[in-house]
Amino acid sequence: MLELINVSKTFNAGTVNEKKALSDINLSVKDGDFITIIGSNGAGKSTLFGAVSGAFIPDTGRIVLDGNDITRTPDYKRASYIGRLFQDPKTGTAPSMTVEENLLLAAGGGRYLSLPKKAARERLRQRVASLGLGLEDRMKTPVGLLSGGQRQALTLLMATVNPPKLLLLDEHTAALDPAAAEKILEVTERTVKEEGLTCLMITHNMSSALALGNRTVMMRDGRIILDTEGEERAGLSVADLLSRFREASGEELDNDRMLLS
Amino acid sequence: MTIQNILTTVQSVTELGLIGSLTVLALFLSYSMLNVCDLSTDGCFTLGAAVGAAVAFSGHPWLSIPAAMAAGVCSGFITAFLQTRMGINSLLAGIIVNTGLYSVNIAVMSGKSLINLNAAETVFTKLKRVFDGTFLAGWHRVAVALAAVVIVVLLLTLFLKTRLGLAIRATGDNPEMVRYSSVNPVFTVTVGLCAANAVTALSGCLMAQSQKLADINMGQGMVTVALASLLIGGTLFRRGAIGLRAVGAVVGAIVFRAVYALALRLEMPAYMLKLVSAVIVIIAISAPYFRKKLPEFFKRTGRRKEGGDA
Repeated sequence: MLELINVSKTFNAGTVNEKKALSDINLSVKDGDFITIIGSNGAGKSTLFGAVSGAFIPDTGRIVLDGNDITRTPDYKRASYIGRLFQDPKTGTAPSMTVEENLLLAAGGGRYLSLPKKAARERLRQRVASLGLGLEDRMKTPVGLLSGGQRQALTLLMATVNPPKLLLLDEHTAALDPAAAEKILEVTERTVKEEGLTCLMITHNMSSALALGNRTVMMRDGRIILDTEGEERAGLSVADLLSRFREASGEELDNDRMLLS
Repeated sequence: MTIQNILTTVQSVTELGLIGSLTVLALFLSYSMLNVCDLSTDGCFTLGAAVGAAVAFSGHPWLSIPAAMAAGVCSGFITAFLQTRMGINSLLAGIIVNTGLYSVNIAVMSGKSLINLNAAETVFTKLKRVFDGTFLAGWHRVAVALAAVVIVVLLLTLFLKTRLGLAIRATGDNPEMVRYSSVNPVFTVTVGLCAANAVTALSGCLMAQSQKLADINMGQGMVTVALASLLIGGTLFRRGAIGLRAVGAVVGAIVFRAVYALALRLEMPAYMLKLVSAVIVIIAISAPYFRKKLPEFFKRTGRRKEGGDA
């Protein structure tokens, strides 16, 4: 459903800071895939998401989603069918607006000048209740007063309240404390399963890279160096993954935030 | 001070406060919601006054209101265009438009720097006849201003609850997040500034007709005066529903006018108005900063004292 064909991107071309962030990426994502993405610092993982979500237009190559070439579609238009979560829970929410207002905005629908209906509010409240965080009693609370975990859960709900074709998760639990991170991962897994979403998840946690999803992609220097799924992947351990990285790249996997256990 | 005197003062404070509060409501939209400090407000206020006066002078007092507001929309659109599409900093965009408007305003007033409406029919004189003979006679000016403010507050409150309104509020809060909600922030900034400037122009239009005079300098310092009122209103209703905060902006404008009228009674020269509003804005904006910094400051001086003792 998502095809990246020969996608390349070089930042600061022609300067001393030139950085080839993506080089000739070819990736074919099938409907319902849940792909975990790992890689060293600066491997191009987030840049890959940037290309897919429209943060920039790649230098070469095409991005095709469900048969439509979206390479040049502006990011705010893609946002209606591509949901994206970031590491920083503050990124996806408006802090001085309430939980309900944030959700209403994300849920969209209707004309620009339509007023939200009571039924819509109630439906959103139920969705919030299904997160199991007790946020349904705080619908009128400004989001800025919520904890990081609550805020990230809300962002996840906002990104999926209208099921997107594609969900991009960019280390969305990395800034949370372990308990909150675990909770968010659980909610993520449940949402992806229930809505049957196609999902790409960058993670720094090697074991969840293998435990979650059905396919794992490893990146280095703007290239995909490993792409594994099915039985081969099921047989892999974290140690295998690290040695596969060493084989493919000739060096140790180097990531500041990497969790091996 | 006789009863009659007090009544006249109350009337004039309410009327001028209400008309001025429209500009405060415009800033409530652009400054508080959209987080854009629109420095074209001064020129836009005068634009509304000039267009409104010119149209009223030519014998169409009712038409003066939509005409002034349409002029405000154009001005707001240009300010928004400069900052969203031309890469000009938002403060600078406001200043540039403000400067340009000076020429436009004089052109609108047929090359003169004022239009005298003493002999002309205005919205106020039209309604005076309606009210004459009723118990509200003499209050027609306040009534016109109040009607305008009530309509604007209601529409603004409703607007800020719509999908577009929410997107405008989110633009001031977290512009990135607006993109993720599949709304283009360029669009929200443009709509927000057009609406805000329409209301600013309405404010100027009514002010000119109430004072029977449009003057090229009547908008000068308006943005600071309105900000002062907005911040006074903000201290009254800090949190709470949008509608309440909009009402707070109106109350702030009237409180500001009342304090100003009182100061005039106490022989403060009229030309001090702008200095006073400048000081109010400085205090209101810097207060939260100092509230945060003060404990730090005390800690530092405290430590120094301890050091001296040792």
